[in-house]
Amino acid sequence: MAKSSIKIRAKEKGGVVTLKTLITHPMESGLRKNKKTGKLIPAHFIEEVTCEANGKKVFVAEMSGGVSKNPYLSFKFTGAHKGDEVKLSWVDNQGGSDSATAKIR
Amino acid sequence: MKELNRRLFLKSSLAAGAVTGTGLLLPKAVLAKWPANAFHSSTPDEALEKLLGNAHPVESGAIKIKAPDIAENGAVVPVSVTSGISGTESISILSTGNPTPLLFSAKLGPGAKGFVSTRIKMAKTGKVVAVVKANGKVYQASKAVKVTIGGCGG
Repeated sequence: MAKSSIKIRAKEKGGVVTLKTLITHPMESGLRKNKKTGKLIPAHFIEEVTCEANGKKVFVAEMSGGVSKNPYLSFKFTGAHKGDEVKLSWVDNQGGSDSATAKIR
Repeated sequence: MKELNRRLFLKSSLAAGAVTGTGLLLPKAVLAKWPANAFHSSTPDEALEKLLGNAHPVESGAIKIKAPDIAENGAVVPVSVTSGISGTESISILSTGNPTPLLFSAKLGPGAKGFVSTRIKMAKTGKVVAVVKANGKVYQASKAVKVTIGGCGG
């Protein structure tokens, strides 16, 4: 199996889950030029990251090419506990996608 | 006169129906497609108008932005936004100096706290603006960040 592009750390403390994630992605804005050829590098970035906890959508992030390469994202939510599963998935502008799950610790 | 009252009643009940209708549609709005026209807008006002239908958010002290005063590398600027406004539905991040100012927009589902942290690209020195939508109203806060691209120190 290919290595997942998503790393997830989810921790529960006092009923609040803090999720941190790192996604491997070039996040090309489409405005940058290739230094050798002078041509624009086509845009290639994540448009949407979705997080589900226990099958419920808790967080949806929409991004543009203005988010840094290998995006880092962190957010907090309630309503899930230690041992519950969180699922994170992304879709990019070129139709690529990936998803991963992790247990809340 | 009676006829008029009946009309009025019909009208007002229709209006009420429309309001509850939009309430029911909310979950669908969360699933809406990526708002390309907002993300491709070249000014912050235009982006906000297209994303939230409101280009002039109210300044709010309840929104806290954590970002460096001086960013040595404009390609990676860590930004955290905390919204103390209850009923926060979405948090968007814009950078005024970027060719397309709208960078990031998070929709918070049930249970999500008014907090988000990410890393953004900044083309040049400008303001990082956080826009929060809560209870149908739009609020904002901003923080100036100086960018020294490719340089050391500031």
